[in-house]
Amino acid sequence: MLDLPLLSLVIWIPILGGVAVLAVGKYSDDDNVTRWLSLAVSVLAFLVSIPLFAAFDTTTANMQFVEQTPWIPFLNIYYYLGVDGISMPLILLTTFFTVIVVIAGWEVIKEKVAQYMACFLIMEGLMVGVFSALDGALFYVFWECMLIPMFLIIGIWGGPRRVYATLKFFLYTFFGSVLLLIALIYLYIQAGSFSILDFHALPLDMTTQVFIFLAFFTGFAVKVPMWPVHTWLPDAHVEAPTGGSVILAAMMLKMGAYGFIRFMLPITPDASAELDWLILGMSVFAIVYIALVAMVQDDMKKLIAYSSIAHMGFVTMGFFLVFSILRNTESIQGAAIGVEGALVQMISHGLISGALFLCVGVMYDRLHSRSISAYGGVANKMPVFAGLMVLFAMANTGLPGTSGFVGEFFVILAAFKSNFWLATLTATTLIMGAAYTLWMVKRVLFGEVTNEGVAGLEDLNKRETWMLGTLAVLVIALGCYPAPLVDVFHATVDNLLIHVTTSKL
Amino acid sequence: MNFEIPNFAPAVPEIFVLIMACAMLLVEVYRDQSKDCTIIYILSLVTLAIAAALTLALDNGKTQITFDGMFVSDSMSSSLKLFTYLITGAVLVYSRKYLMERDIFKGEYFVLALFSVLGMMVMISAHNTLAIYMGLELMSLCLYAMVAMRRDSREAIEAAMKYFVLGALGSGMLLYGLSILYGATGTLDISEMATIISAGLSEQDQLVLMLGVTFSIVGLAFKLGAVPFHMWVPDVYHGAPTAVTLFISSAPKLAAFALVMRLLVEGTGDLIEHWQSMLVFLAILSIAIGNLVAIAQTNMKRMLAYSAIAHIGFLLFGIIAGSGNGYASSMFYIIAYALMSMGGFGMIILLSKKGFEADTLEDFKGLNDRSPWYAFIMLILMFSMAGVPISLGFWAKLAVLQALVESGFVWLAVAAVIFSVIGAFYYLRIVWYMYFEKPADDVTPISSGIDVRIAASINGLAILLLGIFPASLTTMCDVALGLY
Repeated sequence: MLDLPLLSLVIWIPILGGVAVLAVGKYSDDDNVTRWLSLAVSVLAFLVSIPLFAAFDTTTANMQFVEQTPWIPFLNIYYYLGVDGISMPLILLTTFFTVIVVIAGWEVIKEKVAQYMACFLIMEGLMVGVFSALDGALFYVFWECMLIPMFLIIGIWGGPRRVYATLKFFLYTFFGSVLLLIALIYLYIQAGSFSILDFHALPLDMTTQVFIFLAFFTGFAVKVPMWPVHTWLPDAHVEAPTGGSVILAAMMLKMGAYGFIRFMLPITPDASAELDWLILGMSVFAIVYIALVAMVQDDMKKLIAYSSIAHMGFVTMGFFLVFSILRNTESIQGAAIGVEGALVQMISHGLISGALFLCVGVMYDRLHSRSISAYGGVANKMPVFAGLMVLFAMANTGLPGTSGFVGEFFVILAAFKSNFWLATLTATTLIMGAAYTLWMVKRVLFGEVTNEGVAGLEDLNKRETWMLGTLAVLVIALGCYPAPLVDVFHATVDNLLIHVTTSKL
Repeated sequence: MNFEIPNFAPAVPEIFVLIMACAMLLVEVYRDQSKDCTIIYILSLVTLAIAAALTLALDNGKTQITFDGMFVSDSMSSSLKLFTYLITGAVLVYSRKYLMERDIFKGEYFVLALFSVLGMMVMISAHNTLAIYMGLELMSLCLYAMVAMRRDSREAIEAAMKYFVLGALGSGMLLYGLSILYGATGTLDISEMATIISAGLSEQDQLVLMLGVTFSIVGLAFKLGAVPFHMWVPDVYHGAPTAVTLFISSAPKLAAFALVMRLLVEGTGDLIEHWQSMLVFLAILSIAIGNLVAIAQTNMKRMLAYSAIAHIGFLLFGIIAGSGNGYASSMFYIIAYALMSMGGFGMIILLSKKGFEADTLEDFKGLNDRSPWYAFIMLILMFSMAGVPISLGFWAKLAVLQALVESGFVWLAVAAVIFSVIGAFYYLRIVWYMYFEKPADDVTPISSGIDVRIAASINGLAILLLGIFPASLTTMCDVALGLY
């Protein structure tokens, strides 16, 4: 059982499945065939990814499920896969959300169904590739390649301004990643191989580190996205079809954060220590300023998009608190809390923001409007939906007992060890987060039924109930008992901190 | 004076192509004029196939110099020639139906194509500045005539005229440069020239030499279409019949690369510091102007012409790196580019019909609704040109960037990628038109011949497959330049 190349399977089953879906779509007139086939492929990929969690050894920080074959011998590029405690949960999240997205697009997408499903399946394989690649060039190939299906998803099935949004999305991220490519090439020439683990061990002087840090920073900050390079996100989210928004929020933003922790912290620890104020500053700014921006949005998707940016600010902050905590307290344990909190926040934000986008999608499918003012009193007509949405909104504000609480609490706890004012500022945003989320919920769900459209709403059908219900269970489970997830992180985070605190000069 | 019979063996492919081209001229004169010239078409494909077999058979991995130092056969020349045959053959397959529909499916077309292939082969194998010039002129004169093949088209005649005048100017510059080089070193032989230069010359001769190199570079830049000597490229690409554009934009680039290698790297390699800085200007300008002006184009052929200029910039970056890796990456890049460019113009041919040229961007609107498969092929080609994985174009860019960074030109590499991002926009625009727009009023299915369809499909899939498994091609380029 363990001899199977699990990671390769999780990458290639969806990609080849996507190609099969395209082929079936060409020769079959019945869209239901392609829908069921896509669902089968995505469920299969999810099932294959479960052993990654079940057989995961939480006591070691070494890479597990490693596969390594030469790919381009001359450039010393390997097809080199493996996961540790940071990437494994993200892979599970990816395979899980692809199933959800296939279900979410079931009746909604009526045009070019095969292409729609194939795009998501192929993208799933590529995203798993990003999280499991241990070779820099392989990583970059997956990282860039993934832009193509997303570009098409927003462009073909998106809203009225889809072309603008998708071009902006593509060019922003492409710009970020080409600098990343230069940094990877430079590291390759220094290290003699593209292996990320070799990069981790490579000594670099300060100037080089700063340049590489900045190149990585450009690449990953665009993807996270951090203020001020976040402007593509609201556009992309608003125009993307529901499935696209879900994948964007749940997975794609995590890739930027993953890049921070896989590349920046271990490869350029000294530059990171030197420049941590930059990232902390930008994170706090995102958390506070973007929360204010979110407050005034009328478009629900835009509101959640801005809230995503603010929440990702917690993630980047958690990563980069390490250095100031170590300077203040010299306790690795304290620093670990910040990083672990950020990691929990990544998973939790994936679940919650994905769920919220699905909720907006559910309403949009019925009334074809994302504007808050077009709704009011939805709870009267859709009680089950309202209950679930309130739960996700609460989770988004960080209510104890939901997954949103764990991550933010850890990060704020860590922030107090770093700097009192930083922590206070961060903590106040919990209030603001609550304000904009709950205010939206109040205006959309509660009060009198405001118009005829709302009066004609029907509650969730079976498909939607299952979809949102599963997510609700996960959000609560993770909030009440995060231990399995945190256990997975432990060994890896400890090892990471050793890397980060060892100077490479 | 002793007369030795030279060793003909290394030049057998050239001799064969020459004989076949002459034979085809005769066949053309005596064939049954009431039928079309399919026989010539088939003969030219057979010629290319046999020439490829001969080249393969004669390649023993050693460098052979013959004809009193005029001619060289080495692994670089063999690889480049093989790709020249392959690409020319594919171009002929692409263009058959297109030419028929426009009444230029004539024997001369194929004879001219073969003669110009012969010119490229001589350029690739030239080991003497005279041979270089001879090959270059043979190739160029045939191309001028091919552009003018469509006598009833004003644009084609204008393009041919421009091509001829500016091409002649470029040739003149090159010839002037070569003669100055001769004056400074006293030899026409490439390797003797290199020996004399590395032995050191008097200060005065050094100055003359620099002048020669400068003029040669101007000539080369004309032929490559590098900014600021690029003015002919868009007009010629636009005006020429698409089948000819297809040819001009692919195979001759390989020969031009060989020219740069023989003259700059092998001949005046010791002057690298001097020509490197000139090439930096040409490369940066090419990649900048090519990519920026391409954005403003509404005609597909002109857009691809400016994209060609930008790609030439990338080719020059590899040369600038000035290392074995750099030259190998340039060669990889130019082969990849020739394949992509062929695919791009091939798609225009695929969508064209009798009396209709699908050469504006608008013609690509809604292609996904008309034919998802060819939209996908075009998608691969466009992303490959933009340098997005997983396509051949990405590895070509990676190889060049790697060589640049290795030689310490990190800033050039950064400039190169930033302009690539700008360039990505107009490639994405094609994808946008194909996928996000509805087709224009006519949704007629694609009516091109089966041969064009197969060629385009193989071409696109080759770009994708070589993108997934690029090792074979990179290894070939390294072997060709003796890095193993």
